[in-house]
Amino acid sequence: MKRIGIDVGGTNTDAVLIADDKVVHSVKAATTADVTSGILAALKALRDNPAAAVPVDAVVIGTTHFINAVVQRRHLQRIGAVRIGMPASASLPPFCDWPADLGALVSGETFMLEGGHDYDGRPFMPLDIDGLKAAARAIKAKGLRSVAVASSFSPLDPSCENIAREIFAEICPDVAVTLSHDLGRIGLLERENAALLNAALHDLAVTTVAAFRKAIADSGIDAPLFLTQNDGTVMQAEIATAFPVMSFASGATNSMRGAAYLSGLDDAMVVDVGGTTSDIGQLRHGFPREANAVVEVGGVRTLFRMPDLLSIGLGGGSHVDENPVRVGPVSVGYRLTSDALVFGGHQLTATDIAVAAGLIDIGDRARVAHLPKHLIGAALADAHRKLEGDIDRMKTEAGDVPLLAVGGGAFLVPERLAGISEIVRVPHGDCANAVGAAIAQVSGEADQVFRDMTRDEAIAATRGIAEDRAVQAGAARETLKTVDVEDMPIAYLPGNALRVRVRVAGAIAAPDIGAAA
Amino acid sequence: MTTISIDDIEALAVGAWILGTGGGGSPYLGLLNLRRLYAEGHRVHMMSPLDLADNDWVAVVSNMGAPLVGQERLADSRSIARAVRMQEEINSIKFRAVMSVEIGGGNGMQALMAAAHLGIPVVDADCMGRAFPEAQMTSVAIGDLKPYPCTLYDPRGIEAVVTKVPSWKWMERASRKICVEMGSIASTSKAPRTGREVKDWGIHFTTTKAIAIGRAVDAANRSHQDPIAAVLDCEGGQRLFTGKIVDVERRTTEGFLRGSAVVEGSDDDRGTQLKLSFQNEWIVAWRGDEAIAMSPDLICVLDSVNGHGIGTETVRYGQRVTVIALPAPAVLTSARGLDFVGPRAFGYDLDFRSLFAPPGAV
Repeated sequence: MKRIGIDVGGTNTDAVLIADDKVVHSVKAATTADVTSGILAALKALRDNPAAAVPVDAVVIGTTHFINAVVQRRHLQRIGAVRIGMPASASLPPFCDWPADLGALVSGETFMLEGGHDYDGRPFMPLDIDGLKAAARAIKAKGLRSVAVASSFSPLDPSCENIAREIFAEICPDVAVTLSHDLGRIGLLERENAALLNAALHDLAVTTVAAFRKAIADSGIDAPLFLTQNDGTVMQAEIATAFPVMSFASGATNSMRGAAYLSGLDDAMVVDVGGTTSDIGQLRHGFPREANAVVEVGGVRTLFRMPDLLSIGLGGGSHVDENPVRVGPVSVGYRLTSDALVFGGHQLTATDIAVAAGLIDIGDRARVAHLPKHLIGAALADAHRKLEGDIDRMKTEAGDVPLLAVGGGAFLVPERLAGISEIVRVPHGDCANAVGAAIAQVSGEADQVFRDMTRDEAIAATRGIAEDRAVQAGAARETLKTVDVEDMPIAYLPGNALRVRVRVAGAIAAPDIGAAA
Repeated sequence: MTTISIDDIEALAVGAWILGTGGGGSPYLGLLNLRRLYAEGHRVHMMSPLDLADNDWVAVVSNMGAPLVGQERLADSRSIARAVRMQEEINSIKFRAVMSVEIGGGNGMQALMAAAHLGIPVVDADCMGRAFPEAQMTSVAIGDLKPYPCTLYDPRGIEAVVTKVPSWKWMERASRKICVEMGSIASTSKAPRTGREVKDWGIHFTTTKAIAIGRAVDAANRSHQDPIAAVLDCEGGQRLFTGKIVDVERRTTEGFLRGSAVVEGSDDDRGTQLKLSFQNEWIVAWRGDEAIAMSPDLICVLDSVNGHGIGTETVRYGQRVTVIALPAPAVLTSARGLDFVGPRAFGYDLDFRSLFAPPGAV
């Protein structure tokens, strides 16, 4: 199996080739405004190495493009919003908890209709078919090109949302339809928010994925394209086009997954030291531990599966203040190669301290020869103290655990830290994110409420649904493993009601088996 | 009479979640309703229970049901207002004011939502001073006040009344059945109370207390101080344990969420564990076989970083938490009170031992 992994970050576009479980070659290129030419440049550099100029089975891209669009309020489109479940929840319509600027940018027209389900699968109200038809006609008349539909308890019974899709297909076939049950769990508001964000990114997703495809085709590579999603698994490019929100956190996830792969460790702490920040997370069974709480994206509450990360303002480009001695949180960012002392600039950075201390050898060492020993020692001590405290905050077990140090600024991580059994550094660690993209798996998830079933039966039934979904998304069934099981009895409900969530992941199936979803 | 500001309401959402002692559901949806009502120009006024006339009528409201259902059928301020109107219609009375049955969790916001529509003030009081899972676990039940009638409302236009029952336990059983049929969620208005009854048996100034706790947490977070110390200072509470959740076990028995969570110690508690038993709310904290805190003292599990409450439905493996105890209202720790809300009311064969000096005369 040969795969190319690409990480399109804010500063760099990294590419690696992995063949038969080994990293053959890795390269870095500058990210470009049009995305495509940065990927083209990275792929050209990669394949300039004859060992890497071989046919591949798949190209996997991780990108922060879609989350940046939401955070920066750029390239978003105006959408229709359809809520099904009236007369309940009427006082909290779609967009009710969005930041005002984002809501004003995205909200086209809102429709609140009767229908939906109850927790036990009973219809809540008969579905308002005429209302749906009128909504479709209104959306067509208004020229909206994308619509989000959210119905109460649709993760248990999606039929109302599915009927809505059929009606839209009939009346306004050119309008893209996002159904909330494809994106979220129980929690109407957060699931609906995910659908609304997804609908608002539709046109951007179409053009971006097309640009990815073009870059790959122009590079002369003939292989299926995948994108990585928040949990470190991949989706086929067609699915990524339909669900851009699923890639929101893929950058950080890929770097943790890549670190796990390069080191062979499945359970460890990970610190990814970049130019501006250090991201600290924890690997469990080879996957990042997910955040417990509601995750806000651009100010919008969602329940996306996101890694639990602590970002601190410490990186290779961090400013070093002398009185008192302090490293970060301000950074020179992408101007490191012009502003740092060793590169001829005038800003004392963490990189300069590391060069002076002999930890790394980049730039002009003579330009930091004048730095006093006590300053070097105090600056490194400050960086170490910050890393030590925050890594311990993210640990979830008392014993000593290994720490994987990756990223371009990993030289700031000392050889010994309290609570850490060993510091693990790996070759290609500076491209861990692209490695993570290349080795990403395919996952499937199911979330259901059962009554009058034993716990084991309910979990088995849920796992079966999750496995089917994973296979549908392109996984090889025989490689599937359960990565997360959660069961929760529902207070006050009769019949020993139990809510079960199961997630499975496995290797990408050989290209001819991968079924389009 | 004071006007409650939107800042007060933001703080109330934080404070009510802490006083929910793990139960009652997140106040977030109630907060969204009130933000909207305030944006539309509504304002809620609050009066002291001591300013009620003896023959005033006070509505006691609660949103009853499963927190999970509340995540799909979102709290609507008009529903709780309708349940109150039903009481006025069947009893031919006019309410002077409205209060929540429990200040803890989402119900801490319900009285304000009703008040905004009804144009009457909220009373700065409730019937628990925290949250509890069952209808008879209230100061008005301890006071042996009349348990009926109770109105239940569903926005599909389903209106039900439990007209008469012989006891608070029967009110719990009969109303719970109706609630389940409505989809395991219902807006309810409990037996109307007179001003005299609220003065004698209400737990006073709990809305003010919840707002003060929320303000203290927000202020501490903004100034990078310890938000948990702020809660303890506010309430004269005790820090019990700091650590990470390492196990959560939940099961449904007799229609409730029961189970336990284990916290593994960090910092000063490194090397030890604390086990928390819950029935919707946190009920007993165990160090080995020894119960170190128990209902009705408030056991609160807080996010160690931001000091916000963590619910028994949302507590999860790996969360970094601080467990604290806050003193219970005096009525709950009285001999009769303990019959209703002491450890034996939850099936634990324990004599109630408070972590706090007996509260002075109220």
